[in-house]
Amino acid sequence: MANKTLTRMDLSEAVFREVGLSRNESAQLVERVLDLMSDALVRGEQVKISSFGTFSVRSKTARMGRNPKTGQEVPISPRRVLTFRPSHLMKDRVAAGNRG
Amino acid sequence: MIRSELIQKLADENPHLYQRDVERIVNTVFEEIIEAMAAGDRVELRGFGAFSVKQRDARIGRNPRTGESVEVEAKHVPFFKTGKLLRDRLNGHE
Repeated sequence: MANKTLTRMDLSEAVFREVGLSRNESAQLVERVLDLMSDALVRGEQVKISSFGTFSVRSKTARMGRNPKTGQEVPISPRRVLTFRPSHLMKDRVAAGNRG
Repeated sequence: MIRSELIQKLADENPHLYQRDVERIVNTVFEEIIEAMAAGDRVELRGFGAFSVKQRDARIGRNPRTGESVEVEAKHVPFFKTGKLLRDRLNGHE
């Protein structure tokens, strides 16, 4: 197994191949896809991509944490975190592709 | 927001593109990410987040209804870690 790391560049290259727009425009469109998703999440919306997965924003309440190195207690302020739940299709394809 | 709304927004921003091309752009992005993970690769999208594959070891599970023990096979599962910029934006630091 190769274990590469893909980046935006690989995604725009794929868009370039598939759709036949310029490399530059393909890159800008990939960026907009990510931006539109980020903006929706920042507004507190769920982003639900069928057969891919669901991104949702959850609010966490304040709690006391501990610095594991010093043992000192530190307050952790309330914050919003993003969770991703993969679709069944994604789970199945990832499991099948990495089997054996 | 769902997939079709994302496609619509991108189409509205790009009136010079055919609707079917905008659909292909959006679908290609998600398809590439799944294909990469199916090949065991990582997808790192700085500022947004990173998709990776985690290994889950085989374990003895239990059927919660009957209490019966069942062997659960080792498997690989998709994992997403939010990028720093998006995490900050979610908490109001632009």
